[in-house]
Amino acid sequence: MTILSGAQLTVRLLERQGVRVVAGIPGGANLPIYDALSKSAQIRHVLARHEQGAGFIAQGMARVTGVPAVCMASSGPGATNLLTAIADAKLDSIPLVAITGQVPRGMIGTDAFQEVDTYGLTIPITKHNFLVDSAAELLEVMPNAFRIAASGRPGPVLIDIPKDVQTESIDVNAWPEPGAPDPAPPVDIALVQRAADLIEAAERPILYLGGGIMHAGASETASALAEKSSLPTVMTLMALGALPVDHPLSLGMLGMHGARCTNLALDECDLLIAVGARFDDRATGKVAAFCPHAKVIHIDIDSAELNKIKTAHVGIRGDAAAVLQELLPRVRGQDRYSWLARVAELKRMFPLVTPGIADPRTHYGLIRAVAENLDDEAIVTTDVGQHQMWVAQSYPLRRPRRWLTSGGLGTMGFGLPAAIGAALAEPDAAVVCFSGDGSILMNVQELATAAEEDVNIKVVLMNNNALGLVHQQQTLFYGKRIYASRFRAAPDFVRIAEGFGLRAVDLDTAENPKEVLHQALTTRGPCLIHAGIDVEDQVLPMVPPGAANIEMIGG
Amino acid sequence: MDGQSLFEQRTSARTVLELDVVNHPGVMSHVVGLFSRRAYNVEGILCMPVGAGATSRIWLLVNEDARLAQMVKQLEKLEDVLSVRRHGADHEVFERLEEFFR
Repeated sequence: MTILSGAQLTVRLLERQGVRVVAGIPGGANLPIYDALSKSAQIRHVLARHEQGAGFIAQGMARVTGVPAVCMASSGPGATNLLTAIADAKLDSIPLVAITGQVPRGMIGTDAFQEVDTYGLTIPITKHNFLVDSAAELLEVMPNAFRIAASGRPGPVLIDIPKDVQTESIDVNAWPEPGAPDPAPPVDIALVQRAADLIEAAERPILYLGGGIMHAGASETASALAEKSSLPTVMTLMALGALPVDHPLSLGMLGMHGARCTNLALDECDLLIAVGARFDDRATGKVAAFCPHAKVIHIDIDSAELNKIKTAHVGIRGDAAAVLQELLPRVRGQDRYSWLARVAELKRMFPLVTPGIADPRTHYGLIRAVAENLDDEAIVTTDVGQHQMWVAQSYPLRRPRRWLTSGGLGTMGFGLPAAIGAALAEPDAAVVCFSGDGSILMNVQELATAAEEDVNIKVVLMNNNALGLVHQQQTLFYGKRIYASRFRAAPDFVRIAEGFGLRAVDLDTAENPKEVLHQALTTRGPCLIHAGIDVEDQVLPMVPPGAANIEMIGG
Repeated sequence: MDGQSLFEQRTSARTVLELDVVNHPGVMSHVVGLFSRRAYNVEGILCMPVGAGATSRIWLLVNEDARLAQMVKQLEKLEDVLSVRRHGADHEVFERLEEFFR
């Protein structure tokens, strides 16, 4: 029998869960937990400089490992600062456990200092949340939170712990088992057989992979299915890396900034096999015009996704890997000669156009030059905007869980802290964060965290001194009325990085940018690589918002 | 209410949903939040504990809507919702209450 405070209990349960790193910021309402954390030999605390940074550091760890990661904040502004990172995890189905301090139970509802209704605020942006009412409850809540975060379709779980619960002492007689994911639901074999029959009968099928492929660890099985049945394969932003971009069957990313050949092939397909994808509007464009001639097979762990946007002829609820493993032996090998020839023709006629790719002083050329210095094990994170789409289009992504980007919520400020988290999870990996001058400023304070932790990250800052994607939309769709998207002040990002204690290089002033880039990328430790780009460069092709995917501009 | 006249509300198709839920202070917020964030009006709510009080039953009266099937799936995903059953609008649970709303 051990007497422990709620705070000590919390830390012990995290240790039992196998947690090694937590990111957070202490404050009045979570100081008991921090006091207990200070005595943990197992858990290393990484001090972020803004709670949103802590949330994205945890996301970086979770996205790379697939295991729930932990972030912490105090009550009030600490908790509200976490919200964006939690909402981001919800939309991209990332397993996250956020632990917040709350004012003592007796003061809840009195507008106490730094009191905010964290429980109420996080209902719509978590998979589940808890307001803990006693120290004893922690024995149930903590393992449950990890179980829920990792089960089925993963997602964020929040645990709000009032300060007096943290200081309440209880006798602990027995420890609960650490939370583990629930077993996957059984696969309905009859439905799998119907799906196999549709695939056999199809003449122009396309495999459409989403982020669920990553969560299920189903990349290899998906590739095997594509190869066995000769299925041209498109990927959502979240699924990039599931099939190597240079695989002969890969059509790369579909949707708003997909290559013309990709969206045109989808327009011709007669069967769409969606696996772990949710028919997001950025992927489908106008839904009524998306794959208008296709029957649909939809495989998803979340039954609420089936028939949500597009009616499935065969909808199968299940773990993507488990369903694909059942599907694989039920399809026979096919070469689909004429369909693959047609897809090859589309690729030849309407490829992705990447002007300047041989010149490291252009946006595509810089991305290519970075990739040439790294192998397939490198982890690539991005912020949100033009740079994100250029990297998604042109970086040679070939492995799952190496591509970390904010897809659903599209959060500027994601890239830098996510890169720090990735480096904490895999200290020996090369981690590159592509960012823009708009995005980097949204969590620039985490450069201090990067320097303090000496993580091996390289921030490639593509600077056009503008909110580039806003500028592009104003140019294309608002009569070139450029408003509030050009920055008048031009911060010196090299000096900013140096001021935070990072190495920094400027490719603009380098005589040999390739050599400077190589040096920067291959020297261990955090570094900022600055490169100016032209504000008139656009992400093309582009499907106008609300238009059909075949109505592409440019490219 | 959702902008319809009283007559339209009475004549539009209705559904009664019966939910078994874990009984704790946040469960009602979780349930009605699913509706409110989709601008989907809940016309009637009834909730009482069941048995010893570890669980509660929530009765919801909602308008039939193309989104209803999706709403039921979303309700079933909530951790605190143990089961969801659909009934016709003629279910007696709300009819018996009418005298309190005259």
